[in-house]
Amino acid sequence: MRRQVPLAITFIVGWTLIIAVFIPHPPFGQLGENFTTYFDIIAVFAFILGGGNLIRVHGNKVYKKRQDWPYSIVTILGFVVVLIAGLFKIGNPDGLSGDLTQPGSLFQDLYTYIFAPLQATMFSLLAFFVASASYRAFRAKNKEATVLLVAAFIILLGRTPIGGYLTFWLPESLSFFHIPNLAYWIMTIPNLAGQRAILIGISLGVIAMSLRLILGIERSYLGGEGERS
Amino acid sequence: MGISGDIWVWIGAFLTFSIMSFLYKDNPFYKFAEHLFVGVSAAYWMCMGIWQTLVPNLIAKLHPPVVSEILPAASTKPAEYSYIIPLVLGIMFLMRLSPKGAWISRWALAFIVGTTAGSYLTRYLRSDFLGQIQYSIIPLISIEDGSFSFVGTISNIIIFLGVFCGLIYFFFSKEHKGTFGVASKVGIYILMITFGAGFGYTVMARISLLVGRMQFIFGDWLGIISR
Repeated sequence: MRRQVPLAITFIVGWTLIIAVFIPHPPFGQLGENFTTYFDIIAVFAFILGGGNLIRVHGNKVYKKRQDWPYSIVTILGFVVVLIAGLFKIGNPDGLSGDLTQPGSLFQDLYTYIFAPLQATMFSLLAFFVASASYRAFRAKNKEATVLLVAAFIILLGRTPIGGYLTFWLPESLSFFHIPNLAYWIMTIPNLAGQRAILIGISLGVIAMSLRLILGIERSYLGGEGERS
Repeated sequence: MGISGDIWVWIGAFLTFSIMSFLYKDNPFYKFAEHLFVGVSAAYWMCMGIWQTLVPNLIAKLHPPVVSEILPAASTKPAEYSYIIPLVLGIMFLMRLSPKGAWISRWALAFIVGTTAGSYLTRYLRSDFLGQIQYSIIPLISIEDGSFSFVGTISNIIIFLGVFCGLIYFFFSKEHKGTFGVASKVGIYILMITFGAGFGYTVMARISLLVGRMQFIFGDWLGIISR
């Protein structure tokens, strides 16, 4: 019962969505649309579940005074303040009927001056780490690594003004080797070919995995056989 | 222009420096900002989901009068009780927080897995598998404006052979030796160019984010540069 019902749900929902593509008429067409909306709704419950789990984990950490527990208070406070500001649309010029991200609302200010700077700076830090990691990893040890390094270097130069300045003196007949042109060619021809090969490979993997899931061959998402929860 | 007097801008600048301080080493400022980011982002996406999906697609469908002030147009429509299904599945999902009832969440998870598998199977088959093959079957000799195009021909040959050889590299059921091995080797070079281009683009994206933060610090906060 604990495993059969979920397997039946996956089978029915999966096949309904596949049939809806080939027979986009009642009842399959409507069912397919409904299932997609249901999916979006359940995904929001997953966000709520994530929030609940976050509070549980960090609440436990504070309660048991584990290492770095004061920072967990910061997490909980940040979560609660943004949640209240968002759920009640505090400071929204149009009240509850206004758009959630309306300028002037507390939620939007929290996004602009707390969430956005934190996110952008966190990701921009990766620029430094990628640079130092690539210095160690991309030393031209062999021909393949050299090709990767040269392609990356041309793309980096070609997308910045310095790439244009370096080769501006090239005659018209050699304009193909002008770094911005070369970067464009790499992006649109060899990169495209590689991307397509990867996409075809990924799609074969996704199709095979989808079939395994729908047919109940792949059951790892249900947990182990002996697992009670 | 001068230094900003807006408390929000000061908070933004403080948090930017707190994250940046990790470049020196892990420290209390970074830990503070990191933990704040986790809490704020979880609540942010939760609120977005609730107001943009749950309210119009679930509450407004199940009991329209409730949203009469928020969504007047939706409140006049009749209730659709079939939406009890995602509500029940959603509540089942939340049961994962309960130690004894966690197994019930598998039903909701099964629905999500089924929907994803069902929609991805046809979508990937159509756009990423058949679509990409279709776009790669192109004339190898390129004629532009009635005359032979050398660059166009070379480009088309690279696209066709690049895709073909790239796929051969991914084919592991046959040993990569002889002609097959040569094609596989060409595939590796094409893939290396793709990874190089991807790496270059990733670095560019990160640097543009860094430039954005610098503009915030020197423009919005310190007022040294204009934006």
